[in-house]
Amino acid sequence: MKENKKTYWKGLEQLNNDPEFVKNADREFPELPSTLNEEGSASRRDFLKVMGFSLAAASLAACEAPVRKMIPYVNKPVDINPSIPNYYATTYATGGDYASIVVKTREGRPIKIDGNELSPINKGKVNAIVEASVLSLYDKERLAGPYSGGTLSDWKTVDAQAKSALASAGSVKIVANTIMSPSSMQAIQQFAAANGNVEVIMYDPLSNYGIIKAAETYYGSAVLPSYSFDKAKTIVSFGADFLGSWISPIEFAVQYAKTRKISKEKPEMSRHYQFESNLSMTGANADYRTPIKASQSGLAVLALYNAIAKKAGASSVSTPAVEIAHLDKAAADLWASQGASLVVSGSNDPNVQVVINAINELLGSNGTTVDFSTPAYYRKGDDAKMSQFVTDLNAGKVGGVIFYNCNPVYDFARGAEIAAGISKAKVSIATNGTLDETSSLVQIVAPDHHFLESWNDFEPKKGHFSLAQPTITPLFDTRQAQESFLVWAGDSTTYYDFLQTNWQAGLFTQVETAADFQEFWDQTLYNGVLAINSTSEALAPVGDVSAAASAVAKVYSADNVSNELVIYTKVGIGNGTYANIPWLQELSDPMSKATWDNYLTVSQKWATDNGVTMYEGETSKASISVNGKSLIVPIMIQPGQADGTFGLAVGYGRTKAGRVANGVGVNAYELLDASKGFVNFDITSGVEVAATGDSYKIARTQTHQTFMGRENVIQESVLSEYKKDASAGRYHPKIYKDGEFVKPSKISLWSGHQYSQHHWGLAIDMNSCIGCSACSIACQVENNVAVVGKQEVLNRREMSWIRIDRYYSSDAPADDLSAMEIAASNPEVTFQPMMCQQCNNAPCETVCPVAATTHSSEGLNQMTYNRCIGTRYCANNCPYKVRRFNWFKYHDNKDFAVVNVAQNDDLGKMVLNPDVTVRARGVMEKCSMCVQRIQSGKLEAKREKRKVKDGDINVACAVACPTDALVFGDMNDMNSKLSKLLKIEENSTSALKEVNEERAYHVLEEINVSPNVWYFTKIRNKDKNEA
Amino acid sequence: MRSALHLCNFEKLASGSTFAGVIINRINYLISYNMLSKRSLVGVRLNFHTLAVLFFMLIGTQAFAADPAVVNSDEAIAAGKAVFNANCKTCHKLDQKMIGPALRGASERQPIEIVKAFIKNSQAVIASGNSYYNDLYKEYNNTIMISHEFLSDEDLNNLLSYIEYGDTVDPAAAAATTGADGGAVAAGGGIPNEYLTVILGVLVVVLLLILVVLGLIISVLTKYLTKQDLDVEDKEFVTQKTNLGKVFKSDMFVVIVTALVVALVAKTALDGLYSVGIQQGYAPEQPIAYSHALHAGTLEIECQYCHTGVEIGKSANIPSANICMNCHTHVQNVQGKEGVSPEIQKIYDAVDNNQPIEWVRVHNLPDLAYFNHSQHVVVGEVECQTCHGPIQEMEVVGQHSALTMGWCIDCHRQTEITTEGNAYYDKLVQLHTDSKDALKVKDIGGLECAKCHY
Repeated sequence: MKENKKTYWKGLEQLNNDPEFVKNADREFPELPSTLNEEGSASRRDFLKVMGFSLAAASLAACEAPVRKMIPYVNKPVDINPSIPNYYATTYATGGDYASIVVKTREGRPIKIDGNELSPINKGKVNAIVEASVLSLYDKERLAGPYSGGTLSDWKTVDAQAKSALASAGSVKIVANTIMSPSSMQAIQQFAAANGNVEVIMYDPLSNYGIIKAAETYYGSAVLPSYSFDKAKTIVSFGADFLGSWISPIEFAVQYAKTRKISKEKPEMSRHYQFESNLSMTGANADYRTPIKASQSGLAVLALYNAIAKKAGASSVSTPAVEIAHLDKAAADLWASQGASLVVSGSNDPNVQVVINAINELLGSNGTTVDFSTPAYYRKGDDAKMSQFVTDLNAGKVGGVIFYNCNPVYDFARGAEIAAGISKAKVSIATNGTLDETSSLVQIVAPDHHFLESWNDFEPKKGHFSLAQPTITPLFDTRQAQESFLVWAGDSTTYYDFLQTNWQAGLFTQVETAADFQEFWDQTLYNGVLAINSTSEALAPVGDVSAAASAVAKVYSADNVSNELVIYTKVGIGNGTYANIPWLQELSDPMSKATWDNYLTVSQKWATDNGVTMYEGETSKASISVNGKSLIVPIMIQPGQADGTFGLAVGYGRTKAGRVANGVGVNAYELLDASKGFVNFDITSGVEVAATGDSYKIARTQTHQTFMGRENVIQESVLSEYKKDASAGRYHPKIYKDGEFVKPSKISLWSGHQYSQHHWGLAIDMNSCIGCSACSIACQVENNVAVVGKQEVLNRREMSWIRIDRYYSSDAPADDLSAMEIAASNPEVTFQPMMCQQCNNAPCETVCPVAATTHSSEGLNQMTYNRCIGTRYCANNCPYKVRRFNWFKYHDNKDFAVVNVAQNDDLGKMVLNPDVTVRARGVMEKCSMCVQRIQSGKLEAKREKRKVKDGDINVACAVACPTDALVFGDMNDMNSKLSKLLKIEENSTSALKEVNEERAYHVLEEINVSPNVWYFTKIRNKDKNEA
Repeated sequence: MRSALHLCNFEKLASGSTFAGVIINRINYLISYNMLSKRSLVGVRLNFHTLAVLFFMLIGTQAFAADPAVVNSDEAIAAGKAVFNANCKTCHKLDQKMIGPALRGASERQPIEIVKAFIKNSQAVIASGNSYYNDLYKEYNNTIMISHEFLSDEDLNNLLSYIEYGDTVDPAAAAATTGADGGAVAAGGGIPNEYLTVILGVLVVVLLLILVVLGLIISVLTKYLTKQDLDVEDKEFVTQKTNLGKVFKSDMFVVIVTALVVALVAKTALDGLYSVGIQQGYAPEQPIAYSHALHAGTLEIECQYCHTGVEIGKSANIPSANICMNCHTHVQNVQGKEGVSPEIQKIYDAVDNNQPIEWVRVHNLPDLAYFNHSQHVVVGEVECQTCHGPIQEMEVVGQHSALTMGWCIDCHRQTEITTEGNAYYDKLVQLHTDSKDALKVKDIGGLECAKCHY
């Protein structure tokens, strides 16, 4: 067996062998003060306080328990039973992001969002933001009612004001993010008909106007196409982070994963090339990734066009020469897989997108992997129109403006101008649910319901419809925005009736199978989605590539020497709409592993040249100025960052989002360039970056838990090797015993458990895991995991039960300092979800002095909070570093009220899962493998007097995972998906299962803790093993 | 006139709030009606017969001299009851005013033919000028009784038989049955407490007697010895006085007493500590003086009728007011009293004001422990009384069991699993066949932490 010679490192400090890192890595818990106050030791006052508390507690405990009330319904609704969850299919749609979802409610409170399996678009999957959005329902910042002139008013007054003001306003502009809802558009049209001069202006914070504009130029139809990554054998992406943030990442991740699943029976996978400046999550998953400067990106696209055109025999375009690694290889692969190739670009430049269309046309992708005949309606934003609106607004040409659930002051490139211009409009109204950057500047705020309180319909793609229904009675005196439009149009219909009428007259007539409208409506509402057969004609090109190509050749250059700023979107924060959700703020970024911060990503070369160093979170600040606007940001040295480029994420720097997000990071939207008729995310000129020398700390989780350089944690190979030998890349440790080398599992102190009924296990395919972190948030929501805040993350005390370890790897030996720089310039990346491994020979169990962590008869390592006395021996003895200690009481504690809102304020607590204990101070916690779900699934089977069916029980992380990288099941059930995946062929009750799948391995197999979590080797589709 | 008013309340509940309200009531009713009675208190199904019986027990029986033309036979009463239930029940009761008057004795109050005519077409009889019925009509606010022309003469005869002789049960007998059953439930193992006290008392008396006898013997012997001629040493011995003070000051005494005191204090403290948080016997006063003894005991209403969640979920559910109203729309007072009971009035108030009743929680399990009723009641087929005690005898519900972990675990150690007919357990049973002992909860992980703590 050939051993893996790569060097794996989690961060540059590990690669550098930094002394601080080594010191901390040796310890499970760093030495830090155990109080929140800066002073270290306990004072006399503290002692007295503790004494007093103990006395009071002792005397209280002796008293009668407080009287607790039980308050039943007066008139119990027939389908609501306390303690039994109800599920409602509805839709998440914010700012052009779409997901059909199923909401779990308990006692009428939505507590968890899962994907809707009936949806042909997101196929039962979600991402981190959708998963977390349930907490925004319980945001304290939500408006309690309509506001007029900055004070709380009532609907009657506000309606009268709005009506009279709008009537005299003259022209009215409705500014919105993409409106996917046909009925909402109808309501707006009704409003427009009543008010006369009304125009709807749509823009998107994460604009894809370039694609739409290019489609108009090239195909004569201004639409966003549907993409089918699942049909692609070769994928080339120029800076499009399609797995993380580009257009419809959940849909694309689901599709992409299908092409990345391999087995002995199907040893085929797609090949993915990525050319980009920042190291995006998508780039991290690419088989070949080339860092390029943003200024070269257009030329790279042209070069690819020429290479393909040459093969296709088409005429090439003239372009400056540019040297891009792997580009010719990409062209060859694309051409070889004609009809199953896909080229995408994240650029918002219409000219670049025209060339992309032309490439796809040459490759025969139009109609297969790119489908313009089934337009997607996720993005309808028109940057040019929006820009014109801003100009008009400031020129005083806009009579009335209604901001329909959008926040352009914050998230449009010319936000500051909008802020200045709002007062020039005669009437300004917002329907936003909170007093954010935009709505705090308008005269009237008519707050919309939260999306979980609303009725609505959506058309995310042509022929695809979905409904949204309320999952809770409105918490505040808000009103559906569409209803506001109807009221202002003089129509008193409720939006629910309006919606139904609309469907009855429209979609109902198109569905032939439906006989009765009520039946059709109920069924659609139950399903959440509806597909209509729509005839589609493939679009043929009507435009020409040459004009666009020459424009691209002119604008982009091969040898730009000035700094370049590439503004990107983080997987967790997205466009910043949900920045006030602390779960998302504390989600460690898939690449940088940083929490609670926005930072400037710089290359290792720039850092070395400018004398900037970084270890752990200790870094310094830089000032960045872009054409006159300047910001001070912390520096993050990012391996894989293209030299000469810098990255900065949008979604931060909110000033009026609420107490969680206000003041976190800087607002990168301000730096966007809207001068060329589209919003440009790549700033290639006028960028000045200078290190200020001020030190700063970024709270990163990356290096907090480490395996101390054990090299068999990540086991990987390349496709060609795998085809030859299915166990390629596997490391088979052998232990010397009695004169021979044996498998570690042959030597054990333990007699071994017997699992007579169930044996729960988890398989994790590292080939499918894209690092999106949906699992982390799903776990946090399901298991009431506390948020601890930036300072506590800095103190290495984050609480996440499942983390995604991100490893960089390179061929260079770690002790070679000059090679280190090269290693950091473009490393390979591997993601490894890590949670409690539920060991059969668990090291934690043996060291607990009070038996608070014990083994179950179903293979679970149980953690009993009420028994734990907090010695932390278990965490010290855990080789996987997955145990989390409650250093503080995170619930009902004013010190954590701002960050841990789900466990502190009355409103936030409504999101807690009532089946899972909120842990107290001083106890250890860890992944329980969602034991509450296991128990409830078993109970259901017992009640129905049957066996547990595979799939009845699933853990929260696996449910959320868009790529099905995590598979949970019963290893005692020979027919379970998991058993088949692991190829368990012998029906046994033993804890030690004979797993015949060659790719499956245990992390740290040599210590024989015998985990119930199996990892599948990472296979890269590369020609040979190289970094 | 309460009845009319409360009918209004119910109507408001039904039509005013939602149409679904009626359906809910109906469904609740049906569910409970169809539910298997495997956990009913004394194994009697709830049906209209028993409901009718309860009304009788509430009001007691009154004697009427019925018209001799009305036959008192079981068949006629049974047939009449069917007619009554189909046509009369909504507005009439036998012995209590409802929308219409109490019916028993009708055939005595007017000639039987006129009664029959009135039932068939009341308006015709009133129009004919019958003074009794005219008065009755006025008394009931001119409420028109719908006509029943379709009833045959035989139907009417049977109906009258039922009205005069039907459902007259001696309440004492019913109470006796319940009492006997209740007694059986309360039986436990070991020697009862009272006996222990008696035995101890007798022992103390015997010991005291022995002490007295010994004292007497000593004094007799001393007297005898003093009269003897003894040497000095012996004399001194015989006449010596016990120095109590010296005994109290002796080291031995101090050590023993200290040890005893310490042991006692420690025991008290430990007992006290063990009882912290245990609310066994906690029987708080409830906002409504609801009696389980009456509803579950005397009236034998099944637990699940009100505690609807007990078979499907974690919570057994405190019944919502609409469930109370299923019966209390009709039942307005106890023991046949006129008017509305002030306690039942509280339900009406809750429904009228849409203000839920705030019951005081009796069983408070700590949040760290997960307990699921359906697991125990449906899967484990445990009787309610096993944990909740003789609930059917409790006027005020109190916490019967300690609800400590030890108490849970003890039961899990001893309880055998009902595996028959439950495919879930097939494999476990198969693997357990070698064992001599029965398959108990503890054998399938019933003592593991994460079964209840997560």
